[in-house]
Order: sequence, then C-alpha cells, then structure tokens
Amino acid sequence: MAVMTFSDAVADIGEAVRKRHLATTFGWQDVAQRYRRSRIGAFWLTINMGVMIGALGLIFGNLFRAPMQEFLPFVGCGLIVWSFISTCLSEGCAAFIGAEGIILQVRMPLFTHVMRTLWRNIIVFAHNLVIVPVALIAVSASISWAALIALPGFLVVSINLLWMMLVLATICARFRDMTQVVQNFLQVIFYATPIVWQMKTLPANFPAYFFDFNPFYHLITLIRAPLLGEIPSSVTWLYAITTSILGWLFALWFFGRYRKRIPYWL
Amino acid sequence: MAKIRLERASVSFPVYNAASRSLKNRVLNVATGGAIERRFDGLVVVKGLDEIDLTIHEGERVGLVGHNGSGKTTLLRLLSGIYAPTSGSAAIDGECVSLINIGLGIDPEATGRENIRLRAVMMGMTAKELSSKYDEIAEFSGLGDFLDMPFRTYSSGMQLRLAFATSTSIRPEILIMDEWLSTGDEDFKDRARKRLDEIVSSTKILILASHSKELLLGNCDRLIWLEHGRVRMDGPAKTIADEYFGR
Repeated sequence: MAVMTFSDAVADIGEAVRKRHLATTFGWQDVAQRYRRSRIGAFWLTINMGVMIGALGLIFGNLFRAPMQEFLPFVGCGLIVWSFISTCLSEGCAAFIGAEGIILQVRMPLFTHVMRTLWRNIIVFAHNLVIVPVALIAVSASISWAALIALPGFLVVSINLLWMMLVLATICARFRDMTQVVQNFLQVIFYATPIVWQMKTLPANFPAYFFDFNPFYHLITLIRAPLLGEIPSSVTWLYAITTSILGWLFALWFFGRYRKRIPYWL
Repeated sequence: MAKIRLERASVSFPVYNAASRSLKNRVLNVATGGAIERRFDGLVVVKGLDEIDLTIHEGERVGLVGHNGSGKTTLLRLLSGIYAPTSGSAAIDGECVSLINIGLGIDPEATGRENIRLRAVMMGMTAKELSSKYDEIAEFSGLGDFLDMPFRTYSSGMQLRLAFATSTSIRPEILIMDEWLSTGDEDFKDRARKRLDEIVSSTKILILASHSKELLLGNCDRLIWLEHGRVRMDGPAKTIADEYFGR
C-alpha cells in the first residue's frame, strides 16, 4: 500500500517534469499578465524591492549603528532571498485552489501547478537579483567569485521549497484557513530570522540553537552568503540537504495519499 | 489501442460547508469531543455516480444523454481522468482531450498569436507540435493581421474563431465533448462543421454529451442514458434515442 501511494505521487511528479513546458509557459504568462500594459513591465518589482531595501537599509542600519558598507548588501540580499522564499510558500498555498478551473477541466499532472508557482517566483527573483550588483556598487563593495556558489545554493533552496509548496497546496485545498495560518507563520519567521538584523548584534550568550533549528536561516544563508562573498558552512549545507531529502520523502507519501482527492476538494 | 474500462466506478463528493471546512472547527471538535461533530459537522456526501460498469472500445462513438444532474459532466470528468473513482476502478488507455471550455487559458490582454500558443499548451501540445500546426491554425481562424492585436479587441465572433481554430487542431485518441461547439457567423459555420467532422472521424473514441437528438444520431453509434448517477440504458443509438426522446 505504501509503495502504491509513493509510485502514484512519483508518476504525477514525473509527468509534470516531463511536461515542464506547461509549467514554464503558464508561469511566464502569470508574470506577463500582471504587467502587460505597463511600460517597464515586471521591472516594477525590481523598483519596489529596491525602494524597500533602501528604506530598511537606512533605517535599520542607523538603528543598529551598523556600517552601511556591510549592512546594505546584507539587508538587500537577505530581503531578496526572503521574499522569494516567503512568496513561494504563501502562493504555494493557493497553487491548487488558484488552478481550480484548469484542474477540473483539463487532465494534467497536479504537480505542474506547483512548478508553475515556483517558476513564476523564480522569474520575479531574477528581476530582483539586478539589485544586488547595484547595492554592492552603491557601497563600493565588489562581487567575489564566491557568488557562483549561490547557484547550487539556489538549487537546494528550490528543491526544499518544492516539497513544502506541494504539501501546503494539498493541505490548503482541503482546509482553506491554512493559507492565513501560513501567512502568520511567515511573518513570525521574518522577524525571528536574521534578515533585517545581523547575528552579531545579538548578546554574546544568545543560544545558538535558535538558528541551528531554524530551517529558513539555513535556506537564506545558502544564497545570501555567497552573494556577500562568504561560503556557507558545511553545517548549513548538511542541514538543508537533509531537510530536502526528509521533506521530499514525507511530501511523496502525503501527496500520494491525497492526490486523487484534490479535484474533489476544489 | 485506445480503450476505456470502468468497473463498479462510483464518485461521491464530500460537501464541506464553511463549518466543516475550517481547521479551527476540526481542532475545536477534538477539544469538545466527538459528539458535536456528529450534529454540527454536517459532512454531506453526494453520490455523483453509482457503480458504473462500462467498457468503450476503440472505434466507438458514444453519446451521453440524461437530464440535468444525472451525472453527465461527472462521468465526462471521470472518463477524462480528472476525477479518480472514489470506489471501483477506471482504466483509461489513450491520450484524452476534452473540448469542454475552449476558452480556458486565454489571456485577453495578449495578442492572438500568443493566445494560440497559450491555448495550444493548455490542450497539451508541445512546442514542436504547435510549430507544425501554427500556420494552419492562423489561416483557419481567418483573422489575418488581427493576430497581432490584443485578444480583447476582437469581436466575440472573432474570439470564438481563434479559440475554435486552436482547440480543434489537435488530434487526440479520445475526444470528449460536452455539447457541440457553437460557432460564429454563417461563413465560418460551414468550415467549422467540416473541421469538427474531421476531428471526430480521426479520433479513436468519441464521447459526446448532448441534449440534441439530431446531433447524437448524426455522430454516435451508441448511447448511454444516465439517470441519478446510474446507467439506465446502454445500447445502439437509434434504440436508446427513441426511448429517451420518445418517438
């Protein structure tokens, strides 16, 4: 029985990966649609993000009396990565609900809708990434070769996000209130994770497990640290890879178990 | 070899009212003990299809008849693999396309060309398949230079042409239709009818739900009469049509 549910989920996901042009086409379309008649299109996202980073960087940088040269790139990269992660998760909740029209009329793998949500956010993320060199130049810092490590980091983050989104999409299709719960949860994580504040501003005796057990800290670090010229520690890699493996095992079981029910819940 | 086989397939929908759908109530129910759940949870299960046994072989042209609420749409969804039976089994061999809502996936702000692509992807075509059919679709739609204009600027007849031209360019093994596609102005009607005949004759299995006797007799050789989610009658088109529509 357990093997059956697994193979069911794997078949759906395998088909979605094989037909990935569905997810990429719709994902691209989602972004295009939002900005169709605007002159600079999706770069509004970049501008919004840039303004936010500038404001938060100045305010919190002064609050913490942090040197701007270090603080601005830190906040900038942190916010860009965090907004990618948090939007993926909150939109992931609506991946099936939002695709109700398609799910009930066209047979396609359900995982396609999760991939579409991720792809849409990757496109947005790519637009925001333009800010990183600008922020670095603004404080006359430079990009190091370590930034290339951000690529495998990004891959690990995406693999992690996919299983979380798959589970959330399934739960939220059944329990619509979960979307709100997830929003609140993300809000808390945002403050509990070093994004707009740095770890070194904490008192020296602050317990380290506070970060060690925060998966989002590790996920953000995987992309942020290389962009800032540091290499993520092996603990972070290990942690992120372990959560992706365990998470996917759980997600396959969970999705396999409820996949057939999802159209009925919509 | 396209084939559809349903064995004692049932479909029942859980109807979650707002109360039973929220997690809060689930948690509260646990906290207050199960007694309330029985009274207030109100989980109603509606049986959409009840133990359907059905085999459709390659080459068959099947029509579905039945009054509103008899389960036609549910059965179409079951046959196209959207719903999995809640009990029993459904085996669908063959790639299946439904021409139910031919406007699904269209973005009014995008141009006609972009919409052909979007619509084609929604139908399950790959980029390669589309590129080989693209010119033919564009020509059939008869929209000419309008293809470069946003879809929302089209008249409703033109919008229909574009959706129709793209949707009917596919050649699936199993074709599922809920009523015949209605098609714009007189001049387009003839060509549209020819094209529908083409797609219907090239498909290996046709399943058509309709309320029109002529349509069913014209296209189907077997009719299935659904009533209250069960098969009331199943047999040669002529016989069943006479029974259902009255002589």
